[in-house]
Amino acid sequence: MDLERFKVHGEPLIYGAMISIALATIGIIIGLTYFKKWGYLWREWLTTVDHKRIGVMYILAALLMLFRGGIDAMMMRLQTAAPELKFLDAQHYNEVFTTHGLIMILFMAMPFIIGLMNVIIPLQIGARDVAFPRLNAVSFWLFFFGAMLLNISFVIGGSPDAGWSAYFPLASLEFSPTVGNNYYSLALQISGIGTLITGVNFIVTILKMRAPGMTLMKMPMFTWSVLITNIIIVFAFPVLTVALALMMFDRLFGSQFFTMANGGMDMLWANLFWVWGHPEVYIVILPAFGIYSEIIATFSKKNLYGYTSMVFSMLIISVLSFLVWAHHFYTMGQGAMVNSFFSITTMAIAVPTGVKIFNWLFTLRKGRITFTTPMLYTLAFIPIFTIGGVTGVMLAMASADYQYHNTMFLVAHFHYVLIPGAVFAVIAGFHYWFPKVFGFRLNDRLGRHAFWWIAISFNVTFFPLFFLGLMGMTRRTYTYSAETGYGPLNMLSFAGAVGLSIGFLILVYNIYWSTRYMPKDTNGDPWDGRTLEWATNSPIPAYNFAIVPKVETRDAFWSAKQDNIPLYEGNITKIHMPSNTGKPFILGVIFFVFGFSLVFSLWIPAILSGIGILIVLATMSFDRDHGFYIPAEEVIATEKKLRGETV
Amino acid sequence: MNKKGPLFAFFLSLVLLLPGCSSIAVLNPKGPAARTLSDTIVLSILVMLGVLAVVYILYIFVLVKYRAKKSNEGYIPEHEEGNKWLEAIWIIIPIIIVAFLSVVTVKTTNEVENVAEEYKDQKPLVIYASSSNWKWHFSYPEEGIETVNYVNMPVHRAVEFRMYSFGTITSLWIPQLAGQKYAMSDMLTTLHLSADTEGSYIGKNANFSGKGFAHMEFEALVLSNEQYDEWVKEVKDTAEPLTEDTFKDLLAIEHIGRKTFSSTHLTFSPPPMDHSEMDRDQDHDQMDMDNGNMEHQDNKEIHPSPEPSAETEFDGEPNPELDQPLPSSPVEEHTSHNSK
Repeated sequence: MDLERFKVHGEPLIYGAMISIALATIGIIIGLTYFKKWGYLWREWLTTVDHKRIGVMYILAALLMLFRGGIDAMMMRLQTAAPELKFLDAQHYNEVFTTHGLIMILFMAMPFIIGLMNVIIPLQIGARDVAFPRLNAVSFWLFFFGAMLLNISFVIGGSPDAGWSAYFPLASLEFSPTVGNNYYSLALQISGIGTLITGVNFIVTILKMRAPGMTLMKMPMFTWSVLITNIIIVFAFPVLTVALALMMFDRLFGSQFFTMANGGMDMLWANLFWVWGHPEVYIVILPAFGIYSEIIATFSKKNLYGYTSMVFSMLIISVLSFLVWAHHFYTMGQGAMVNSFFSITTMAIAVPTGVKIFNWLFTLRKGRITFTTPMLYTLAFIPIFTIGGVTGVMLAMASADYQYHNTMFLVAHFHYVLIPGAVFAVIAGFHYWFPKVFGFRLNDRLGRHAFWWIAISFNVTFFPLFFLGLMGMTRRTYTYSAETGYGPLNMLSFAGAVGLSIGFLILVYNIYWSTRYMPKDTNGDPWDGRTLEWATNSPIPAYNFAIVPKVETRDAFWSAKQDNIPLYEGNITKIHMPSNTGKPFILGVIFFVFGFSLVFSLWIPAILSGIGILIVLATMSFDRDHGFYIPAEEVIATEKKLRGETV
Repeated sequence: MNKKGPLFAFFLSLVLLLPGCSSIAVLNPKGPAARTLSDTIVLSILVMLGVLAVVYILYIFVLVKYRAKKSNEGYIPEHEEGNKWLEAIWIIIPIIIVAFLSVVTVKTTNEVENVAEEYKDQKPLVIYASSSNWKWHFSYPEEGIETVNYVNMPVHRAVEFRMYSFGTITSLWIPQLAGQKYAMSDMLTTLHLSADTEGSYIGKNANFSGKGFAHMEFEALVLSNEQYDEWVKEVKDTAEPLTEDTFKDLLAIEHIGRKTFSSTHLTFSPPPMDHSEMDRDQDHDQMDMDNGNMEHQDNKEIHPSPEPSAETEFDGEPNPELDQPLPSSPVEEHTSHNSK
């Protein structure tokens, strides 16, 4: 076996990363052994099928990835801060921007959103769990080990370096002979399967498990956005699965789907990638719209304005999101006709998006607006995202795009869409739902500090990039000469990036501080909420609701509080729960081994772990564990303990 | 609390500074194609500023008026379902804006995809532009000459670039003369441009193509007609012809300075099929999809891809040449540095 392939050479930064990863791993192992937490970890977390715990694990992993991707971002901004800096070489820079994109979209934004929906959706619809709790655990562990597979690429064998869109023939074996793009195809494939399973799981959950009385048009807006998102997932992810499989065949088995010779078509990859990739943008944006809708309604003390048009605008966006993919390569020479078609469909998305913006503004109107931390992120989203939206319309104009394509203008645009659209949303949702999960709020003063750092620094970082793009600076350029005149604006952008890091560090400090010092919330409803998740206790008991709530209006909990409409009727009875299982975790581990073996073409371990996967799947299929019941007495006792009252 | 007002004023002033700033290449066009695009961009910026203004004014208004204060303590807002007239307004007005911009887009896209109006009656000067590794080859079939990493063209003349690649997808972009377009290995793309002003303009590859991407720039020099003819004549008299072997060597090199030859590679290594011809054939229904693909393959056989130079691609060592000055800066002609 050729051990050379595993090594990554010559970079002090990478040696540093190797050492810190090794030390952290040893530290965790020693810590777990010393505090005798291995059993706790296995029983309570690794084998759990509880949607809340799975959600928390998703969010933890996503936060970790936010910092990994953030460090990548800082390295890029530092490298380009001044002309001809020598902080990173071209190869390292290429790996950094490739993994920055992959991690932020696929291993940060999406898992964060899936984490929030795991925690909140069953609660919002008054359900005890998701439709397929064990499958949910499978989803998480596939995502987690897919993410880990991509992350070790930095220190073992080298990361993908052909951009997150991995255009062929650049990503082919011929032009990218390192194992980096093998990691790409396998890590994305493994976590992508997990996401697809999540899509099926949540569609069924939302359609079949809503509380009695909750018709589709009485669902909370976050639930609606998640339903539509998961429908997009189920339609879009199979395309990614196929594209990645073809990519793997090209790179590992010498097939020639995307090569330059023997009839391979490089633009076929671009088409397949963006047929998935464009809807993917809406997979991370639509739930954000849902989160903002909840927060705006809660903190302006009003119901959502134009509920029906909000729902329809999301449905229209979901359809249009599949009809615009070619706007990612207007410059392919497909002619004025095709470009015009895709221009119009792309610009059309601005209409339903505008509807949502105006509906939010009118929700605020005549409200009583309180500026809590989650609300600040939500309010900052509106003006910043609108800049992202209008520049999106500018980019959608095919002719003008010939001048923006592949430039920093584009980079500025999609950060103006994705950071307020997805990152602000998950941070807002995190602050908003944190007390529901943990029973105490995050400190508001620290929250505001972090917010202002993040919101202002964001603009300082990304607004200059619009100008750099118009000046002719292309994206993914690791260095430039002083004569180009790109230096000062890049330096400004770097200064902004430093500010953003400070903001995120304050955010982390806030989590630490609040965990230690914030008092417990006495009831389960710290924000005076409107939807069902606030109707249960905090922290949430394993069974969510002792009695399944009955819904009559849209903001069911609000109505219950305002008009004294009873939510719970009947007596507490025994509750059926699924039992924990270690198989999803084991399946994830074997998938990791399988992926790693394929990356390095180690055929024997690959075949063995492939068989292992089939065996685990088979034993899961023939599992006869039907779960267990929590006796009514135990439920009553838990409720008493949580509320300190007699039920 | 409302600190977004000054932030907005800051953006507005930045955006208003745009047209006045001459260092912004895209808005400082030197030819009809780039001018069409520049006008389109400025128009869209103005329309979008209007949209931003509406949203921002509404936003500031509601935040100032309806924030929680002592005076409205205990106020519980009424239930408000929506208003179909208001919602209709913010559906219809955006549709009108989008329709207007669609018309502009279709019109301008057609304009820049074709020869500019004022040059319609000229026979365009055809230049084949192909990329390999991190350099550009420019072939002038009419003149029978070829240059590497620089392109000269006459002023006030319709120029038609035909682009393709010997490797990864690249994108030819001369921001002050025209928008960019991809160069791919399996088809020919066309870019129409012309220059009104003599001068030297920066051209580059805009599509990420690997390690040497950042240095893949070239000079586009626009000369007077006499100077251009003189240059062509001089090249024919003094430069070496391009042989197949020389060309193969050239393809394998990663970075190189300027080069000039008195013949083109088009004769022994013809470009892939013209995309527009392919469409035309399909329109006439004389060729089904399979035949179309076979045409592609035929082209591939006589159009081999360069071997990536094994040494620099496989080992993790940084390429020492990359730290050298940019090869596109005016290096003296006929000198090359091989990266090996």
